[in-house]
Amino acid sequence: MSTTAPAEAPVRTPPLTRRRAHRPATRRPLTGLLFVAPTAVVVAGLFLAPLGILVYMSFTDWPLLGSPTPNGLDNYRQLGDDDQFTGAITFTLLYTAITTVVLFAVAFVLVAISNSPRRGARFYRTAYFLPYVVGTAAASSMWWVDSHDELGVFNRLLQAVGLIDRPIGLLATPGKALGTVIALVVWKFIGFQVIVLLVGLQSIPGEYYEAAMVDGASVWQRLRYVTFPGLKPTLALLTVLSVTGSLLAFDQFFVLTHGGPDNSTVTVVLALYNKAFQSYRLGNAAAEAVVLLVALIILNVVQLRLLRSRDREE
Amino acid sequence: MSSSTLAPRRTVRRHGGPLQRATRTAAYHVFSAAVAIAFLFPLVWAALNSVKDRDEANRQPPTWFPHSFSLENYRNLQSFDQGIGVYLRNSIVVSALTVVGSVVVCVLGGYGFARFRFPGKNALFGTTLAILMVPYATILLPLYILLSKIGMLNTLIGLALVLVMFQLPFGIFMMRNSFESVPRELEEAALVDGCTDFGAMWRISARIVAPGVVTVALFSFLIAWNEFLAPLFILNDGRKYTLPVMLVNIRYASFNILDVGALQAGVVVAMVPCLVVYLALQRFYVSGLVAGALRG
Repeated sequence: MSTTAPAEAPVRTPPLTRRRAHRPATRRPLTGLLFVAPTAVVVAGLFLAPLGILVYMSFTDWPLLGSPTPNGLDNYRQLGDDDQFTGAITFTLLYTAITTVVLFAVAFVLVAISNSPRRGARFYRTAYFLPYVVGTAAASSMWWVDSHDELGVFNRLLQAVGLIDRPIGLLATPGKALGTVIALVVWKFIGFQVIVLLVGLQSIPGEYYEAAMVDGASVWQRLRYVTFPGLKPTLALLTVLSVTGSLLAFDQFFVLTHGGPDNSTVTVVLALYNKAFQSYRLGNAAAEAVVLLVALIILNVVQLRLLRSRDREE
Repeated sequence: MSSSTLAPRRTVRRHGGPLQRATRTAAYHVFSAAVAIAFLFPLVWAALNSVKDRDEANRQPPTWFPHSFSLENYRNLQSFDQGIGVYLRNSIVVSALTVVGSVVVCVLGGYGFARFRFPGKNALFGTTLAILMVPYATILLPLYILLSKIGMLNTLIGLALVLVMFQLPFGIFMMRNSFESVPRELEEAALVDGCTDFGAMWRISARIVAPGVVTVALFSFLIAWNEFLAPLFILNDGRKYTLPVMLVNIRYASFNILDVGALQAGVVVAMVPCLVVYLALQRFYVSGLVAGALRG
């Protein structure tokens, strides 16, 4: 049994605790401060301070070695002319859109399997989830070998089932490289999506289904009018996580394609890394980071608003 | 996944005769098992390849089943750069520091947020959660500068501190909720009996919220063990690299010395601890996902 009471977590108990919080809590604020002191130190030193440094860096010419000099808005002006960065934005948006759609499509099939009351469903669920706990760098290294024309097993498998005659270079063209990375990402991350969807499914009261059956609703009508509305918050949350995660993709591209062929698969974070540690222009990299940061904060705020307004409707 | 948390609780009413039902069940298993095999295949394949001898592991095209059994690939890892032992040790040190660090900070902080009122409480809690809003890839660059200024660049402790920071939103949130669900009266009894605040927390509540602590530790471990981007920024001395960085270095070794067998042996070394820890503690993992994932 899950002892942390998952169902309780989202609900929490603020009214209860607040009513009870009158005694020791209010009288000894100093003790409370002592308990949260480590948190405060870490948050201030490793989160707020770097955030400040980041913004400062974005307004300076900052070489890897040597002293930085302020240069106003130059870094931001150069962003627009930087083909690798603008190309990276386009590519990352494309990758994010495709990945999010494919992840959901595959997840629905796997959730249908995993949610079955049949024996074996639990084993299948575990099988789909295991790749998720393997690190992205390890998983990508594995897939890099498997995708290799001569050394890899993927081409051999495709040949064995007769889909192809000879190795096709799974990373050789921009399109195929993107396809291979998306296959890797689906394999690696789908388990998370499936688990969260299963949890969402189980939060829908069984009585709703019974009522729908009594009213003679078909399988599709039950899906449309009971399952889908009940899953809406979960779907919205997974969209947020999938979009944010994909916009920040790095490991799988760094290992599997290294941005190639011909810089066709450079993501925003990979461009940022190259700018800092290959071109040694930390100021420009910082400006890129600020742009990415602001974009994601706006996205998060918009998505949270949408989530909240949906909650209110229900 | 723990059957009790995720077992479907609705009974499905099936129609049709026994033959139709049997056909449907068979179709279900054929399809689901095929997908399951596809998911497990890359993991098993890497494990199989890692125990072929060096020549066979690098054969083009690959052999389906190992003709040889050998630990040669694992032995070869010992001679890659610093040797697998150094990278393994570094990964263990970073993971241990991160787990201990996140548990200590999150248990203390979660308790403080759950039980006390103090000036700046909401601001601090909000700022901690705001770490989630800031993509960590964007602040690694200033963290790199900051750590180099205080002489912690290229140290395993510096890396662990950064990883602890990334764990805070989830961990603090998790521990605060756990402590809030423990009745205050239990602790008050201990206080009356002469316990200190810390003693009351440690002897009473921390025992009850142990499952939450395990969840925080588990997530910290998996993140620390698998993290690739942060060590790539913060560590630049080969002797300090962690396992994921080592793997990628093997992959980028020049082509004539590229050893696919050693690479796959390295992949196995990197993934087995995660799989074992996950399978042993999966109920904590699921409850953590639920508590963390539904925070929106």
